[in-house]
Amino acid sequence: MLKIKNLHASVEDKAILRGIDLEVKPGEVHAIMGPNGSGKSTLASVVAGKEEYEVDKGEISLDGEDIEELSAEERAHKGVFMSFQYPVEIPGVSVTNFMKTAINETRKAKGLDDMPANEMLKMIREKSELLEIDRKFLSRSLNEGFSGGEKKRNEIFQMAMLEPKLAILDETDSGLDIDALRIVANGVNKLKSKDNAVIVITHYQRLLDYIVPDYVHVLYDGRIVKSGTKELAHELEEKGYDWIKEEVNA
Amino acid sequence: MDLKDKLVSSFMAFENTVDIDAPVHDVRSEAIKTFEDEGFPSKRDEAWKYTSLNSVLKHDYSVFPKQENAIEYSDVKKYFIHDIDTYKIVFIDGKYSSHLSQTTHDGIDVCLMSAALSKPKYRLIIENYFNKAATKDGLSSLNTAFSQEGAYIHIPKNKLVEKPIQIIHFSTGNESALMLQPRNLIVVDENSHVQIIERHQSLTENPVLTNSVTEIFTNKRAIVDYYKIQNDKQSASLIDNTFIKQKRESHASVHTFSFGGQLTRNNLNFYQNGERIDSTLKGVTIIGDKQHVDHNTLVHHIEPNCESHQDYKGIFGDKSTGVFNGKVVVDKIAQKTNAFQANNNILLSDKASINTKPQLEIFADDVKCSHGCTIGQLDDSAMFYMRSRGIPEKEAKALLMFAFSNNVLDSVKIPEIKQRITKLIANKLGVSIGFDL
Repeated sequence: MLKIKNLHASVEDKAILRGIDLEVKPGEVHAIMGPNGSGKSTLASVVAGKEEYEVDKGEISLDGEDIEELSAEERAHKGVFMSFQYPVEIPGVSVTNFMKTAINETRKAKGLDDMPANEMLKMIREKSELLEIDRKFLSRSLNEGFSGGEKKRNEIFQMAMLEPKLAILDETDSGLDIDALRIVANGVNKLKSKDNAVIVITHYQRLLDYIVPDYVHVLYDGRIVKSGTKELAHELEEKGYDWIKEEVNA
Repeated sequence: MDLKDKLVSSFMAFENTVDIDAPVHDVRSEAIKTFEDEGFPSKRDEAWKYTSLNSVLKHDYSVFPKQENAIEYSDVKKYFIHDIDTYKIVFIDGKYSSHLSQTTHDGIDVCLMSAALSKPKYRLIIENYFNKAATKDGLSSLNTAFSQEGAYIHIPKNKLVEKPIQIIHFSTGNESALMLQPRNLIVVDENSHVQIIERHQSLTENPVLTNSVTEIFTNKRAIVDYYKIQNDKQSASLIDNTFIKQKRESHASVHTFSFGGQLTRNNLNFYQNGERIDSTLKGVTIIGDKQHVDHNTLVHHIEPNCESHQDYKGIFGDKSTGVFNGKVVVDKIAQKTNAFQANNNILLSDKASINTKPQLEIFADDVKCSHGCTIGQLDDSAMFYMRSRGIPEKEAKALLMFAFSNNVLDSVKIPEIKQRITKLIANKLGVSIGFDL
């Protein structure tokens, strides 16, 4: 589904990704771990299409189609979704209206009519129950005054509404207490199918107890320096990242 | 001949068309002298530092349109709020258009200034109110000198006027350049409530300069809600001078929506003559190109226990320029005044600019006065967030800007106006999505 080949990316002339290769197939869950500053969030943003990042070399393709020239919204229309580490507050736009606009713009891009209002309401009800989100919360301004946990739950709620092919969860576990973590992970697991894929970016192994990865990759200094199965995550949890750094630098 | 000389010398011709024995004519004669002394304001005047009239004064305006022009309702329907029943006072090139208007004398007077100035039954109101709120500056005096036509609205006490009143000025472009001096008088007596919508609309690209004066008097416990829709053609300029004198416990609000025109200057003045008065001044400005919009507001708190609320939002693209100058004066005896002022702006281009200046003169010591102004750009991280959810750049921008101006729309009480403004904003932002935030 997602193929990344020799991806180099920079921001303001500072090279951050220095040759990433990654292939994610439908039905798979990949975890990307690594120390701070290794380029994890950059990788997520580059795949999602953030314009500040310059792709200097390499390819990103989705279902065989190059997407690195596409805008963020075009990638979203093709089924790429990123859950933000720091969701942005947008005063004056309610969660419901934001979702309505996002869904209908995506449908428009696919040549479909707006989703009928009753269908939209039913979907909002179902998905908000899945994430244990209070209905009142949906009429509030997007992320404005939300707690850390509410913001992250709201991200997964949006993922549930948009039903992406490829979901990238950027540090979705940060700032979550154990109950919120369970709710969020449960939501992600329910949305998983053999046709979609998830990339979980995390610093800690904790989330991976709930969202079990098929593969774990370690990102260091802009490269994937080690790949393995979920056992690798446990090893990292136990031993930290220093041994990886030593291995790479040796 | 420059425009000032032309205006002064045409006053005699004007006198041939009006009743010079009417008491109001003394007021006019006085006013033309003031205009002769004061002339048009220039950038040397502190209040006009950021707005130059040079580019709009250079045209050879005809001061009196030569002929009466007619337009078909179907051609201009879109400029009316037409989905609700309203009274209408409509002018074409400064002349009253009876076939586009719907006036009334049924318990209230919604009619013409020319009638009010000439008929004995209105004499008392004219004597008590005409030119009693307008200041004696050059532009207002110029209007006073040529005051003859406009809207006259008198709501006697205890009337809730259900139908909003629309005052619309069309200019047809039959003159190569036209200057208009509309004069409105609105008197709302005790406990009455009225809603008014004002619009100036040019129908061609020929230059039009409107120098308008509106005097509004809200007596005890009266409520006036006034909406100004400024979305004129690129060749049209407007100097709007509005003076509102409020008596105790009255509420007055003015919402100004500035989306078009070459140069728009809003001189909006509130005088609070009584206790427990509430004044609201709100505005949304969205302009581009080389357009210029200047909001120059004054709220004068003269008595204790009153409130004023100012909230102006501006979005400036291309090479457009904006000015906000908000003056709040709190007299020494006006204790317990609550005066709030906010002016927030977004600049969409490097070449757009806004000059914003709060001016607080507070002589009382037990008051709450706040002001705040911000100038910023659209938040890039918010843009990426929205786009990553599939909302295209243009729509995301529009949604952000709409959200930005939304709390000004909150206080619009007529749903049809709210819808209309929402549509105008969407139009202005070049998107077709209907927002209902």
